[in-house]
Amino acid sequence: MIPSKATQLQIDAAIQEYGQARSALLAALHLIQQERGYIAVEDQAWVATRLDLPPAEVAGVVSFYTMFRTKPPGRHHIQVCRTLTCQIRGCRELVKHLEKKLGIRDGGMTDDGRYSLITVECLGSCGTAPMMQVNDDYHENLTVERLDALLESMK
Amino acid sequence: MTSQEYRPLLLKNIHRPDSTSLSAYRESGGYKALERAVKEMTPEQVLEEVKASGLRGRGGAGFPTGMKWGFLPKGPGEKYLVLNADESEPGTFKDRLLMERDPHLVLEGFLIGCYAVGCSRGYIYIRGEFVEGWRILLKAVEEARAANLAGKNILGSGFDCEIVIYRGAGAYICGEETALLESLEGKRGMPRLKPPFPAQVGLYGKPTSVNNVETIANVPLIVEMGSTWYAGIGRPKNTGPKLYCVSGHVRKPGVYEFPLGIPLKELIFEHAGGLLRETRPLKAVIPGGSSVPILPAEKCDVLMDFDSLAAAGTMLGSAGVIVLDDSVCMVDALLNLARFYAHESCGQCTPCREGCGWYVQILERLEKGEGRTSDLDLLLDLSDRIQGNTICPLGDAVAMPVRSYVTVFRDEFQYHVDHKKCLAEPAPAPI
Repeated sequence: MIPSKATQLQIDAAIQEYGQARSALLAALHLIQQERGYIAVEDQAWVATRLDLPPAEVAGVVSFYTMFRTKPPGRHHIQVCRTLTCQIRGCRELVKHLEKKLGIRDGGMTDDGRYSLITVECLGSCGTAPMMQVNDDYHENLTVERLDALLESMK
Repeated sequence: MTSQEYRPLLLKNIHRPDSTSLSAYRESGGYKALERAVKEMTPEQVLEEVKASGLRGRGGAGFPTGMKWGFLPKGPGEKYLVLNADESEPGTFKDRLLMERDPHLVLEGFLIGCYAVGCSRGYIYIRGEFVEGWRILLKAVEEARAANLAGKNILGSGFDCEIVIYRGAGAYICGEETALLESLEGKRGMPRLKPPFPAQVGLYGKPTSVNNVETIANVPLIVEMGSTWYAGIGRPKNTGPKLYCVSGHVRKPGVYEFPLGIPLKELIFEHAGGLLRETRPLKAVIPGGSSVPILPAEKCDVLMDFDSLAAAGTMLGSAGVIVLDDSVCMVDALLNLARFYAHESCGQCTPCREGCGWYVQILERLEKGEGRTSDLDLLLDLSDRIQGNTICPLGDAVAMPVRSYVTVFRDEFQYHVDHKKCLAEPAPAPI
């Protein structure tokens, strides 16, 4: 499993833009993850060859950054912020509600692959707590009712 | 001027529906400061204006921006200005607002900064999770380039400056400037030992200055209105407008702009709508993001500026004001923060890597009612062993709140040991 031709071209463009091949590593990993939702071991080997890096260096970077995943997430990857402001504004209740409603625990995925759920550290949206990020999008000022409506809209 | 009469300078455009567009920004007078800088001023003159304005860094440390730029070597030779848009300090959400709602203000300040220090290739390092802000900035850079505000021979002045946008991938530590540089080079974000400082050996081994988004957003104002006018805002040595992020148990959380030095209580009770629930009084305030010592309610008669908060034993930090009412258990709150730092420690220094894990273990057992009285002193001892003994300030950033919570609210921690439950009376979450 290696990145598609289109992704490879975008990675080449990133190498050009940054001037230094190694600097394009994060961008390359973002692009691969955007293509298939996670970064496979084979992808890492491909990136290592393309950027002329030891595979261990690539694996080290993948494991260092929270956003990079090595397993497929659900179609709707729900990340609930759990840091202090969100905690005192109700993220625990949101997580409890999500766990019950989706029948999964923090870190799990529904059997149909529709939702995955994980709690994460501060997403920088404390003024609109509690909040969560689903795939790329922020959903702020959440209540249980708004959460239910949102889940309904995610097919 | 009272704060009621204060008109926002940094946030003046954000409520326009088309605030992210170049045309809207220009209509409100945008890019005049860049034009003035590159056409009428020398880089040295811009640098002197920024020095004279008294502008201090808004990312947390409050270091004078002009002096920081002045550390870069003069004359030709590759050097870099890097914009730190990796906003991640819990309680802080001001830079995101600027980037998502007024990206050209950020770009204009950044381009002027590049001109002042002689940088022809500026890097913007944006937090990976800020996908919307990243897309908005990409578009803004494209627009600016098409209008000859970035790229070659800017506005016919002979000044060249390319702007490169770089996405992080979720790591609090990359807000630390040398970790950010490592990340920009495509590596794990592990802070570098200093010296050498980035001003001598920074990105790709070249002299580099790293500035916060809000700091940079002040620069067009200084160039346009002059340093004397700018220095008249705020208080001596704490000059200029400031974005305060208010969150937690208040009625109207959000970003508020006032001069540096607004009274903390005015910010909370007049502007942020006061406390969320009438039955729940103020317990404490974290004035500068999660890394700073906490202020109990009785010590909240302070001014929100660098020196006033330092005198009060805490820090302005990133001005992330987290308001806690009396439903908050301080053991629970501190455990939440300890988990954050344990997750975000890069792991290279033993005191921080191991210490953060110990904090979590000790606080978990206190929270569960399995703690011992000696745990309180153990927490304080750990802080003494971490603070000052790590490469970067993340160790200090966890040691300081732990020491302050355990010291200020010692009775609550002791109550957990003695009664195996919280002293605070919990309230249902307000959702």
